[in-house]
Amino acid sequence: MEQRTNIIELKHITKIFEDGFAAVEDFNLEIGRGEFVTFLGPSGCGKTTTLRMIAGFDIPTSGEILLNGSPITHLPPNKRPINTVFQRYALFPHMNIYDNIAFGLKQKKTPKDIIQKKVKRVLALVDLEGFEKRSISTLSGGQQQRVAIARALVNEPEILLLDEPLGALDLKMRQEMQLELKAMHKKLGITFIYVTHDQEEALTMSDKIVVMSKGKMQQIGSPEDIYNEPKNAFVADFIGQSNIFNGIMTGKLRARFCGGEFACVDDVEEGTHITAVVRPEDVIITQPEQGIIEGVVSSVIFKGMHYEITVESGRYEMVIQSVKSARVGERVGMQVEPDNIHIMIAEDHTNFFVADINKDYRLEYNDTILDTSLTRLIPGSRRGENGELLDVSGEVVDITRTKVQVAIQPQNITMTDDQQQGLVHGTISNLIYKGDHYSYVIHTDIGQDFVVDDEYLWNMNDSVGLIMPVEKMTFTVKR
Amino acid sequence: MRFFRFSRKNLCIPYALYLILFVVAPLLVLFYYAFTDGQGRFTCGNLTGFFTDPNTLGTLCYSFAIAIATTIVCLLLAYPVAYILATGHFKTKSVVVMLFVLPMWINFSLRITALKEVLTLLEGNLARYPFFNTVIGMTYDFLPFMILPIYTTISKLDSALLEAALDLGAGSVQAFLHVTLPLSVPGILSGISMVFLPAMTNYVVLDMLYNSTYIMGSLIGSYFSAYNWHGGSMIALILLAIICLFTLLNGEAEESSARGGALL
Repeated sequence: MEQRTNIIELKHITKIFEDGFAAVEDFNLEIGRGEFVTFLGPSGCGKTTTLRMIAGFDIPTSGEILLNGSPITHLPPNKRPINTVFQRYALFPHMNIYDNIAFGLKQKKTPKDIIQKKVKRVLALVDLEGFEKRSISTLSGGQQQRVAIARALVNEPEILLLDEPLGALDLKMRQEMQLELKAMHKKLGITFIYVTHDQEEALTMSDKIVVMSKGKMQQIGSPEDIYNEPKNAFVADFIGQSNIFNGIMTGKLRARFCGGEFACVDDVEEGTHITAVVRPEDVIITQPEQGIIEGVVSSVIFKGMHYEITVESGRYEMVIQSVKSARVGERVGMQVEPDNIHIMIAEDHTNFFVADINKDYRLEYNDTILDTSLTRLIPGSRRGENGELLDVSGEVVDITRTKVQVAIQPQNITMTDDQQQGLVHGTISNLIYKGDHYSYVIHTDIGQDFVVDDEYLWNMNDSVGLIMPVEKMTFTVKR
Repeated sequence: MRFFRFSRKNLCIPYALYLILFVVAPLLVLFYYAFTDGQGRFTCGNLTGFFTDPNTLGTLCYSFAIAIATTIVCLLLAYPVAYILATGHFKTKSVVVMLFVLPMWINFSLRITALKEVLTLLEGNLARYPFFNTVIGMTYDFLPFMILPIYTTISKLDSALLEAALDLGAGSVQAFLHVTLPLSVPGILSGISMVFLPAMTNYVVLDMLYNSTYIMGSLIGSYFSAYNWHGGSMIALILLAIICLFTLLNGEAEESSARGGALL
């Protein structure tokens, strides 16, 4: 007979709410017996909805949930051998601690003496011996948390669901509870499914992390996998701090991004558009001439364990964590070990660049005005008497702090021979034939690479101007 | 401003005057009349008189009976309504709640007169069931005061508590009995105090529905219209004592029950 090791399986789970919002889309997951699995993602990513479907509070719009191989999709919560620790504990305020914990056992008509024994045992487990008669309101947040865990565990569930249980605790308490929960999991051998938006919590406690965004699973893997080998830019950005660059493979195990050519260990075909991820702690600061790229230190922030140094290199920005400080304005070189560069094949070739707001409060990039309405871009803003830009509260917008990120698709950029025309100029540094068009990489004289799709053949190293129609650009204001 | 320095303390002067004039002084007068006789001598005769006269005791019992019956009927009607309103998925919830509150805005005597006509139509002669008619009238009058506090309490109930109960293996009936009902006690108590006490004294309903039996309110009225200020004051004082006792008990019960509940 087949040995079943998966305790719960989610098959093509989709949840669409009445208002048409798709909280979870085609979600597939298998969880092994005794695993500690964490759903990680920003708020609104569908992680809590998924948990609620496992608990039985929400019914999936489509798809199936199997517990030990048998479907439980439509089983009400009280019929499932699954218990939940709620976000704000949800302890019954009109019962004392004993009655709170005994609630589940009483529903199952367990004999009184057994209830007493079990409650005592589980209170010892969460370090609250002798608290039976206390009322809920006399407990601290951490103690309430423990009661909530005890109340769930006393029923000996097959799966324990924890919905951001540590969110309401202070940092120190949270770190203590993280370790305790992990120890508890080891001791009890019950499957834990944990929901959090805190990546550190997820990395500390889990056997397996499921990173979610916009109702979809982005990556599943061990904490090490997720941290070291993020599958896409979202995961890289969400887990830890990252420098993320668009780039291109320029040769075997060579990639160009951030204005420099780096050796790397990911074997990706030459000419492929890539997203390169470099962790701030992996950037080595060198003498200006010894680095692969160089730049000017623009800010240094002391963070306790390290300094967070931001270096501007041409049009790019690199965030570095270093135990050694640097001086603002200093020229430095930067270098990254090949195995610390994580290369992902880019699915999306959208060009991004950052435009400034000039003194006349117009949008400007590479000394060219981008003719668009800033008042429409910044919600609630309006022009003042002298043409200055006022925000919602009527204050003049700080042009040094407000940047606008511009995105434009490769097919919307046109190349021209006329060097006078176009927003930027550069040379074609790469071209790939994509079946019905060519995909070019233009290395511009201001250091930024652009990806351009064109159906005509151009030659390598041709000098071109890039015409980018403003109406094809999308703008995001960053402050 | 050397002669009069304005400070925050001075702000309470109007309120202090108001309290002294309209609360403390009348209470003192009430006490004075309750414990004196026609010649102005101190006496406890009014008190003993009340508790030895079978007529006044009978009125007290009748008032209690009316109030208890009204409260029970109100509670039985109001709880399900409040529960459905608070937990149901109505797109126009506020409108439905408003429909139950709306009668409060229509003149009271108009409502009771209308009720009288309806009851006369059904029963023929109102004098046949005076107690029954009075309870109907009172219930009609006080129902919104029972619905609103219960509705508020139930709608403020954390839905996670109910989910927790289901999660721990309770069926929906069990969850209601062990979680929703005990946690709506503050609303029920507040509703009771808003219905029970007025029901003991609101003799206008009895008058209008041709119930000639006295309740506490009409009893005081009858003493005063016979210029027996002393006896009337004593009854008012006894009523006050009952109200104080009731409020005290209510407060205790509330404190010992859930702290999460809301009072209207």
